[in-house]
Amino acid sequence: MRELKIQTIKNGSVIDHITAGNAVKVLHILGIPKTSSSTISVAMNVKSKFGKKDIVKVENRELDPQEVDKIALIAPKATINIIRDFEVAEKHKVKLPKEIIGIVRCSNPTCVSNFNEPVESRFIVIREDPPRIKCYFCEREPEDIAERII
Amino acid sequence: MNFKGRDIISIKDFSKAEINYILECSKKMVPYAKGEKYTNILKDRVLSSLFFEPSTRTRLSFESAMNRLGGRVIGFSDPSGTSQKKGESLADTIRMADAYSDVIVVRHPQEGAARLAAEFADVPVLNAGDGAGRHPTQCLLDLFTILTEKKKIEKNKIVLLGDLKYGRTVHSLAYALSLYGAELTFVSPGSLKMPKEVINECKELGVEPISTSNLEKAISDADVLYVTRIQKERFPDAEEYNRVVGIYKIDNGLLKHARKDLIVMHPLPRVTEIDPEVDKTPHALYFKQAFNGVPVRMALLSLISGGRL
Repeated sequence: MRELKIQTIKNGSVIDHITAGNAVKVLHILGIPKTSSSTISVAMNVKSKFGKKDIVKVENRELDPQEVDKIALIAPKATINIIRDFEVAEKHKVKLPKEIIGIVRCSNPTCVSNFNEPVESRFIVIREDPPRIKCYFCEREPEDIAERII
Repeated sequence: MNFKGRDIISIKDFSKAEINYILECSKKMVPYAKGEKYTNILKDRVLSSLFFEPSTRTRLSFESAMNRLGGRVIGFSDPSGTSQKKGESLADTIRMADAYSDVIVVRHPQEGAARLAAEFADVPVLNAGDGAGRHPTQCLLDLFTILTEKKKIEKNKIVLLGDLKYGRTVHSLAYALSLYGAELTFVSPGSLKMPKEVINECKELGVEPISTSNLEKAISDADVLYVTRIQKERFPDAEEYNRVVGIYKIDNGLLKHARKDLIVMHPLPRVTEIDPEVDKTPHALYFKQAFNGVPVRMALLSLISGGRL
């Protein structure tokens, strides 16, 4: 088992290989720390053999891989490591779900999803890596997904 | 092929086989659309016609289509007389129309509005144009016009001219014509070029559109010239509009460079882009094209309502 480059935790989750600079956005997408009272550590611009990366460590909480999949939008190469008693018990590579709901704002200012309607933003995933998504309502493809995170 | 209960939101929701089927049904509707034959297949059915934006042809042809099928129409053509004025959401307006009718036709200035309407309605929703987005029934009537005049859609040389950036009809049409493998040429002012997304869609379907600003050369061997209006209402500022309006004008002088069997189409309304002198030439197909809206919309209304001739 490969040693993680940040301080080990006893139990919890480590999100590794996040595109450098995107760790805070990843936390935002996951709703952390709002949804969690766990201790959270963030390491940014960590050197690795593939260049720089960010790492997020959430103690005493096992993140549901499917819940974390949506971070593939901005960190398509990220992995989720579930840590139990200092060991990597499970490892999962993020995979974009077919639809992204309520996370990205449509880049089209005249899209109906940007008006006062009782709907969440909704995108269909066209390609996973690099991610390409299309608005379910107006079919516009945002080019700068990271900038459109709600 | 079963269309009962289906929404008509985007031409991309339909396969080529399904489009062919709709066009076949449209052909059967022509004598009924002309009033030469009569039918009551949608007797006692009610259509909600919700036009949040101005329209002449789309609204009247939908209403004519429903009446020709024996159905009835309720609705509005000016939202200022509705609760939208009081701040009601589109979703709530759609819920009401859903309760009062069997099919909903909606035109709205916001892109994606028809898709949203379909989310809140149990009855079928037909998109009659959503902002600069989609206009699938216009696309189908354009295909129907090309098919009836040229006897085929595939391999025609088709020039799309004018506002290719904001024009919703040309986006749907470029995609649909690519499904059939038509040869496409896009002619527009530099600031109103066809969006990359649309060009990429054509390429994904195996068509390599040519983009040019030379109209005379583009029409020299074309089968179809599809002209669009420079849409003032879609421009963010008047200065940009004034720079491009009137750049291209179709008149008999220009058409001397075209083949005799070139057909000139236009979704209408036109302003100055086609000189009225063209109306009297065999090239002018735009009024017949506008009529074709009735049989095509009759076919769609009957198919999604489960009515059969």
